[in-house]
Amino acid sequence: MALKRLTSSPSFPSLPNLLFKSLSTPRSFSSASTEDEKILTIETSVPFTGHKCDPPSRTIDTTPKELMGFFHDMALMRRMEIAADSLYKAKLIRGFCHLYDGQEAVAVGMEAAITKKDSIITAYRDHCIYLGRGGTLLEAFSELMGRRAGCSKGKGGSMHFYKKESGFYGGHGIVGAQIPLGCGIAFAQKYSKDETVTFALYGDGAANQGQLFEALNIAALWDLPAILVCENNHYGMGTAEWRAAKSPSYYKRGDYVPGLKVDGMDALAVKQACKFAKEHALKNGPIILEMDTYRYHGHSMSDPGSTYRTRDEISGVRQERDPIERVRKLILAHDLATASDLKDIEKEVRKQVDEAIAQAKESPMPDPSELFTNVYVKGYGVESFGADRKEVRAVLP
Amino acid sequence: MAAVLQGLGAAAAVSSADLLSSKRTKLAWVKSMAERNGSVLVGRTNRRFCGGLNRRAANVVAAKAESPTSAAGSKQPGHEILLFEALREGLKEEMDLDPHVCVMGEDVGHYGGSYKVTKDLAKEYGDLRVLDTPIAENSFTGMGIGAAMTGLRPIVEGMNMGFLLLAFNQISNNCGMLHYTSGGQFTIPIVIRGPGGVGRQLGAEHSQRLESYFQSVPGLQMVACSTPYNAKGLMKAAIRSENPVILFEHVLLYNLKERIPDEEYVLSLEEAEMVRPGEHVTILTYSRMRYHVMQAAQTLVNKGYDPEIIDIRSLKPFDLYTIGNSVKKTHRVLIVEECMRTGGIGASLRAAIIENFWDYLDAPIMCLSSQDVPTPYAGTLEEWTVVQPAQIVTAVEQLCQP
Repeated sequence: MALKRLTSSPSFPSLPNLLFKSLSTPRSFSSASTEDEKILTIETSVPFTGHKCDPPSRTIDTTPKELMGFFHDMALMRRMEIAADSLYKAKLIRGFCHLYDGQEAVAVGMEAAITKKDSIITAYRDHCIYLGRGGTLLEAFSELMGRRAGCSKGKGGSMHFYKKESGFYGGHGIVGAQIPLGCGIAFAQKYSKDETVTFALYGDGAANQGQLFEALNIAALWDLPAILVCENNHYGMGTAEWRAAKSPSYYKRGDYVPGLKVDGMDALAVKQACKFAKEHALKNGPIILEMDTYRYHGHSMSDPGSTYRTRDEISGVRQERDPIERVRKLILAHDLATASDLKDIEKEVRKQVDEAIAQAKESPMPDPSELFTNVYVKGYGVESFGADRKEVRAVLP
Repeated sequence: MAAVLQGLGAAAAVSSADLLSSKRTKLAWVKSMAERNGSVLVGRTNRRFCGGLNRRAANVVAAKAESPTSAAGSKQPGHEILLFEALREGLKEEMDLDPHVCVMGEDVGHYGGSYKVTKDLAKEYGDLRVLDTPIAENSFTGMGIGAAMTGLRPIVEGMNMGFLLLAFNQISNNCGMLHYTSGGQFTIPIVIRGPGGVGRQLGAEHSQRLESYFQSVPGLQMVACSTPYNAKGLMKAAIRSENPVILFEHVLLYNLKERIPDEEYVLSLEEAEMVRPGEHVTILTYSRMRYHVMQAAQTLVNKGYDPEIIDIRSLKPFDLYTIGNSVKKTHRVLIVEECMRTGGIGASLRAAIIENFWDYLDAPIMCLSSQDVPTPYAGTLEEWTVVQPAQIVTAVEQLCQP
């Protein structure tokens, strides 16, 4: 579902513990909760930490419409991931399935700060970013189930979602390989003088890849508008960050490249950081954002996620830092909607997801001739032979 | 000769008239590529083939292909050029035509390229189009691929093909497969080029033949150039292609001199070149081994054999049309390559010919390849790693025994 994009608005201070302190906050809109464009100023609970740069302000402007949009989109993403979990267990999704629940705030916050002309590239945990970039539920589920209607015609799978028209460059299976690609996209943006930026997302596991530092060096040398975003969920597959990285301050690892550490479970903080990063990148070249976030599921569906961390830790984060709950509390505190309204949104979202799954289940598998299409680009007279070179032959169009 | 060439559809030089009028439109170029059977400019290529046959320089590597029809030389059409200059000419013409074309590699800019292929281009096109990269193959190849995803047409130069092993993941997964895994959304019109092959005592790590490693990556096209004429044509075709193309050059062939046409021409990426038509045996070769084969051909002709020599040029996919027609004619095949014996281009080519043309073969296919050893430094040992003309002669004699 496309996220509602909103123009920025002045911020107002928000409070760490909204339920208690909200009573003492001056409410600027006690009566009209239907005014969508009213400016709300909210303060993040965790300040930004900068490395070689001045961090942006903690107070962020938003509007009721934006907050409701955040809630809806994050609820949709959460629902989609949970549904994917059940589909995987029902063996309708095979292979690898890496779920993003817990990290939704990064996806929605980033979308709120940029346009579809900016590019995003990420690794294999890409379902929610795909939705954020304008992908539909049907395309996502069809691709997961390997159907023709999928975003990559069923030939990519969970790790290969792409959407060219909205600047979503995937969807990559090899850890860290998307970072040089992202810097290349940023190079092309600079070459064409587009005034757009590229967000190259990677995880704390990929932060130890050599190609990251190689690409960062080139990006800094050539002043590319590349923003490297480390989604630090503290576990690189099954290994905790302190066991994999000598220096787990990923925002500082750029050394000569400025960095910013952000509370990745707070969609508004993410939005502020991405806005700041975009302005910085267009003027001064690359910047690293470290999103402090968490994933509830294991690394992938084959990982229970509890052998290297305790269930208490997972439920603790869910209680204290869950991004959807945070926005829910904000909405309730500012009287933008009632609790039952929000429950209705969640029910509606669930229905949408279920419908999309039902439709995707009905959709057909790719035609066998699709095996040989898209290997090469149309029009160059290349012949391709099947495994049996005598009979199965397609002249690639 | 002309009829034979046209019939086989080999050496497709697109009619220059078509090209010049359709310079700006890629579509028209595609159309003219499709019409290559009828309107082949045979005259020019004809002369070159005859020239290639009758004049054999003692030093095969620096052979000059002179035309027999004009011994005087200076009034001939076309201009003489060295192979690396031909590459540069092709590159320059494409950079002039399309502002999306850019070059990235180590020392390509200010230094002018370690083999002078990009000399003076940085001065003319600036630092944004001819980019000096740090020594980081994995990332700059990845960046080239990322840029290609958005529509730029980068040419990534590996200073030596062997260094591209560091970028294998990017070339295999992202370059080759992205068009497929994205369901056709992204095209990667990148050209990856560089010198490879066994040089003069460069040592094991700098004498690698990467065509064998890349040949099974789906989605890539691989071509190998061997003369200034085909170097320029293939370079231009590779840049214009929407597919990722790996252009294999050879360290020892950069100083080859040849006369090439003044007019613009583009060669077909998927076609093989008929170097010398013949009747007795088909010899398939590419890159540097072409010259060893030509040298052996002298001896063979003197001994009464009539070998048909085809420079396969397109390493992936193979031009089975030209090769097949040749096999149907001669019924005997010898493959001479510089790749290793195990898993090389020859191995795949042999399998492809057996699968498709088994009924036409009178003898088992022979394949001469380099030994399965790291290339030693000592000169004599290095000579024995690579196929030499004497071995080719012996092989043909063996093959042609009734």
